[in-house]
Amino acid sequence: MSHRLRVNPIACEAHGMCAELLPERITLDEWGYPLLDGRPVDDRLIEHARRAAQACPTFALLLERERADDSVVSHIRSGR
Amino acid sequence: MSAAQASYARRTQPSQPAGLPRLLAGIADHAAMTLPRHQVMHGPLPHARRGRGHGPGWSAGRLDLVEEIARAGLRGRGGAAFSTAAKMRAVAASRGRAAVVRGRPVVLINAAEGEPASRKDRTLGRALPHLVLDGGELAASALGAGELIVGVCESARACADGLAMAIAERASAHGAPPTRLLIVPDRFVSGQETALVNHASGGPAAPTFAPPMPFQRGVAGRPTLVVNAETAAHVALIARHGARWFRELGTPEQPGSALVTLSGPVAHPGVFEVALGESLPALIGAAGGLTESPRAVLLGGYGGSWVDAEHLCDLRLAEEHLRPYGASLGAGVVLVLSDGACPVAETARLAGWLAAESAGQCGPCVHGLDAIAASLREIVAGTAREGPRRVARLAELARGRGACRHPDGAARMALSAIEVFARELADHAEHGPCERCRRPPELPLPSR
Repeated sequence: MSHRLRVNPIACEAHGMCAELLPERITLDEWGYPLLDGRPVDDRLIEHARRAAQACPTFALLLERERADDSVVSHIRSGR
Repeated sequence: MSAAQASYARRTQPSQPAGLPRLLAGIADHAAMTLPRHQVMHGPLPHARRGRGHGPGWSAGRLDLVEEIARAGLRGRGGAAFSTAAKMRAVAASRGRAAVVRGRPVVLINAAEGEPASRKDRTLGRALPHLVLDGGELAASALGAGELIVGVCESARACADGLAMAIAERASAHGAPPTRLLIVPDRFVSGQETALVNHASGGPAAPTFAPPMPFQRGVAGRPTLVVNAETAAHVALIARHGARWFRELGTPEQPGSALVTLSGPVAHPGVFEVALGESLPALIGAAGGLTESPRAVLLGGYGGSWVDAEHLCDLRLAEEHLRPYGASLGAGVVLVLSDGACPVAETARLAGWLAAESAGQCGPCVHGLDAIAASLREIVAGTAREGPRRVARLAELARGRGACRHPDGAARMALSAIEVFARELADHAEHGPCERCRRPPELPLPSR
């Protein structure tokens, strides 16, 4: 089962813990907000990713299992 | 009503192609079309004659409407141009899954036109409310929805009045679904889907984090179809005349007609109905032609794309024709910028306005849009150290990183500006503010 990271930009307050704990997938922009590289999180990184999500003080980092109907969601979000 | 307001209701000119107007047929400047007159103009609602088995359009079962809309190829007219049938199917699927837990679906018509350069939805609500409500009622019936909500901006009073009158007329005339108006604050982001859903659920008119999408969990947790007012009006006509009729106008990718708000230095700015794929010169001709020579055209909206006026004669109004120019028709906004205005100063002011219109919820939008505007102001003043490269980098940083599409639009506008106005940007970097910078602003930016 593949996992993916997502940031809730409304909840995120740029604490930056996530980039500290998961530099393989997350960097910070010039204001301290996380930039996700968009790649799926494989087994090798899953524990680190979980820890990063748990460490976020505002619970803004989400680690989600990829679901079957996600294609519809991303399709609609991209507006096409 | 002033001449300027009246001109917004100007209907298509006799010189336009056959088959038009469709939506704007019978539009009047002074009052909303009443229900009896609307029924004479368009005929009764198709489901009222369901079972008698006649008519070229939709006349049989409930889900047939979705099929007919799919065959028509109707795409949303709120800006994203997403397939309306796919959206309806998504709501229907969520309904099947969650009906017991979350209750019957909701249909939410989006006439909350937060975009200052667009007047089409408020024109429909003011003058042709029954066409909009027909579409909402048909969708509600096809999806088994228990409620119909129409979102309108606070300042669009004539639109709210037209719709309120029509809702009252329909309640007494036949079994319309429970329908209510939702008045939203005059903010650019008020018309974002999740902001409307949030407000309709009793929250602020600010975007929320999605997914879950409105079709999964919308108003009060119920699966919600959010559909633009013009899209709803097209549904009303597709249900009556069928998909084949709808496709008699338009392009293969974007069939049908569309409402376009044309503004800037043209003789008669206003809302026009065009066949999708219509040429921009033909539209400008229908508006009485240009009154000043143009520098560029802003397409899609304030969060749209600038296109150099040198391409003006080649532009056709449909997504597939505009894509090569990096542009999109968006919510049907076409704004001409005159050659007399400073495009750099106009862009800087617009970027500042868009930054101020951020809901202020997401860091990359708050900081990114402010920084884009500040960079552009420095370019205008001739004090920028990095210039357009910094704007481009900031735009990339802002894009796609908010809960709604507001930062994407602001980034798109800024990126297109640095490309199209490269010459003027370089001039400002070298010489500072130009003669034209001192002219009064040309793009109308509402103070809020």
